[in-house]
Amino acid sequence: MEAAGAAAAAAAAAAAGGGCGSGPPPLLLSEGEQQCYSELFARCAGAAGGGPGSGPPEAARVAPGTATAAAGPVADLFRASQLPAETLHQITELCGAKRVGYFGPTQFYIALKLIAAAQSGLPVRIESIKCELPLPRFMMSKNDGEIRFGNPAELHGAKVQIPYLTTEKNSFKRMDDEDKQQETQSPTMSPLASPPSSPPHYQRVPLSHGYSKLRSSAEQMHPAPYEARQPLVQPEGSSSGGPGTKPLRHQASLIRSFSVERELQDNSSYPDEPWRITEEQREYYVNQFRSLQPDPSSFISGSVAKNFFTKSKLSIPELSYIWELSDADCDGALTLPEFCAAFHLIVARKNGYPLPEGLPPTLQPEYLQAAFPKPKWDCQLFDSYSESLPANQQPRDLNRMEKTSVKDMADLPVPTQDVTSDDKQALKSTINEALPKDVSEDPATPKDSNSLKARPRSRSYSSTSIEEAMKRGEDPPTPPPRPQKTHSRASSLDLNKVFQPSVPATKSGLLPPPPALPPRPCPSQSEQVSEAELLPQLSRAPSQAAESSPAKKDVLYSQPPSKPIRRKFRPENQAAENQEPSTAASGPASAATMKPHPTVQKQSSKQKKAIQTAIRKNKEANAVLARLNSELQQQLKEVHQERIALENQLEQLRPVTVL
Amino acid sequence: MGRGLGGRVTSGGSRDAVPGAGPPKMAVCIAVIAKENYPLYIRSTPTENELKFHYMVHTSLDVVDEKISAMGKALVDQRELYLGLLYPTEDYKVYGYVTNSKVKFVMVVDSSNTALRDNEIRSMFRKLHNSYTDVMCNPFYNPGDRIQSRAFDNMVTSMMIQVC
Repeated sequence: MEAAGAAAAAAAAAAAGGGCGSGPPPLLLSEGEQQCYSELFARCAGAAGGGPGSGPPEAARVAPGTATAAAGPVADLFRASQLPAETLHQITELCGAKRVGYFGPTQFYIALKLIAAAQSGLPVRIESIKCELPLPRFMMSKNDGEIRFGNPAELHGAKVQIPYLTTEKNSFKRMDDEDKQQETQSPTMSPLASPPSSPPHYQRVPLSHGYSKLRSSAEQMHPAPYEARQPLVQPEGSSSGGPGTKPLRHQASLIRSFSVERELQDNSSYPDEPWRITEEQREYYVNQFRSLQPDPSSFISGSVAKNFFTKSKLSIPELSYIWELSDADCDGALTLPEFCAAFHLIVARKNGYPLPEGLPPTLQPEYLQAAFPKPKWDCQLFDSYSESLPANQQPRDLNRMEKTSVKDMADLPVPTQDVTSDDKQALKSTINEALPKDVSEDPATPKDSNSLKARPRSRSYSSTSIEEAMKRGEDPPTPPPRPQKTHSRASSLDLNKVFQPSVPATKSGLLPPPPALPPRPCPSQSEQVSEAELLPQLSRAPSQAAESSPAKKDVLYSQPPSKPIRRKFRPENQAAENQEPSTAASGPASAATMKPHPTVQKQSSKQKKAIQTAIRKNKEANAVLARLNSELQQQLKEVHQERIALENQLEQLRPVTVL
Repeated sequence: MGRGLGGRVTSGGSRDAVPGAGPPKMAVCIAVIAKENYPLYIRSTPTENELKFHYMVHTSLDVVDEKISAMGKALVDQRELYLGLLYPTEDYKVYGYVTNSKVKFVMVVDSSNTALRDNEIRSMFRKLHNSYTDVMCNPFYNPGDRIQSRAFDNMVTSMMIQVC
């Protein structure tokens, strides 16, 4: 419905805009004709979104698009021209609709012109339309708008036009008959303007059409001569007034809601549009409330609410004022309706609405509680929502707009409440699902209720305070593991053993070769042995550093399991580290058996500690190694220089001998 | 307090307030002073020289402190909040009121408002106190900030003499 209305409005506007430009190139349309045709086209196009209509076979198929006229209304319109069927056939062929398969503006205008020509008695030819013609007359079915009323269920949006179409003086009597005929055919039809015998009348008729009213281009509405006819029209229109006015009101309210979006203050009959909370908003607010306070019947304390609303990034004075407005009983806490009101005000403010001087009536707590009974953990909640849904459908677009902004806001509290984030997102998804499904409240509601039912327990457990969340996060860290598993302290003895000889080694300049490979954490019992082996290796003269390194590497390679680990002195940290678990695992496998169930967590944390110490030691080792490296590099340079000197000497000596 | 049958304000004699209007507008200046003796809120009728009122309020603080300390610590609980007339001047009378948190309300009224009765002043202070409490209930209000609440403003406006 709304889509149809929107499409209608858009199409009408577009068509009007397009129509007012110029007619199709081959056609020369007078101004009156242009306006008339554009109106007609708009109407036909507007009903394209509506039902298909029972188009007679001669009507061309209509391509679904806003720039085309629906087959049904077009066909009806043509029939209304009271031309014989074959004439209409010819017309549709000539205008090209059959060729292209749809009634675009061009085709439509040509067709209308041809109809006029035919009605004037001219042969149906393209040439006929080149001359000046009166406007086509559409007798039987009044104006196009009425045709659509033949399918009231489908052409919802078009019903708006019903009460406003006027009749033609001359054809008034005819109209009566026709109206009655029409009424017998379809009781919901309203009598519409009829056959214009003079162009200006006809011209005004479509302008008084409901669509123009919808477009709020009401300048030419109800021209004076027609007002007299209005009361006459109304008796016939009364039958359709019922079903017609309601959708009219609906359409009008929808349009008004659109205008409300554009204008800040709409002084129409719905001054509270921006302050009216819709279903989706209400649900969202309630969910947010629950996220702050699990019990929906209690209230949110001031500090909690302050933190929450501060995330909206409004200024403090504004937030303070919003609080003033919404906290009706001034108790420093927000009940659910107060919270919703405050939230709504914040949302409105973020969307640019100025804050009201006083709490709008639709945001009063009593009103909110009456309109939306306090949420309960059952489906009744949503049943009540669906009941109040029709009443609150109007500012849907506005609220969708707000909804997006609200969602943006929602993202703010989500990160800080990680515990309930899943719940929130799931709820939001349900809200998202509920949004597009206007009609499918029911499937959404059980889902919501189910999800909400599933939620409460988690919510009651999941606290809203961040500290508890943090505490919960801290629970997983296990108590430190018992020492025997990783032997962090015990293995540190090995480390010390390893280090102490290495330290003097480094100090004496017996530097270990620069590590070529990263240590591989291969725990094995032979590590200790290999460490001992490595020590003497490392104690070799640094002058052999270059040669020793490959040798060591070879040596190291020859002892694959832990050699790469060995190569670094400092990485022995890690080696020792790996040793620790290795020794822990393998060495005292007996110890492991002795205590078959040191908790895994203890092991892991113990390992973590060990790893951390190892990391520290590694870093230290790295630093030392870096220094060693630089020293080695210098030594290498010196050695190179010596070598060069020696070679020079050799060169000098050699020629003597070579001779 | 005010409304007679005819809607005329009958309590008190001549007053500048419009007959049948709301609560009597009597004060010329109303100030809220924090515990540390700096103003949280001060408003006076604009026609007068505001500085004069500020000065009067400031000097009245001494009197307030005097009255408070006169009670002694033992009597803190029994101390009445309403301090009564602090000091009269030729043109004005200054009344004081202090809360339990040592927030002071000072009201300056025109001496020509002779018919102002004590209990009316008390009721005005009570209203001030209630409004101040509402302001404090707002979590966005930090104690010690200037009071910028619209509701409070409205209430104070209702108590000030309406200068046409």
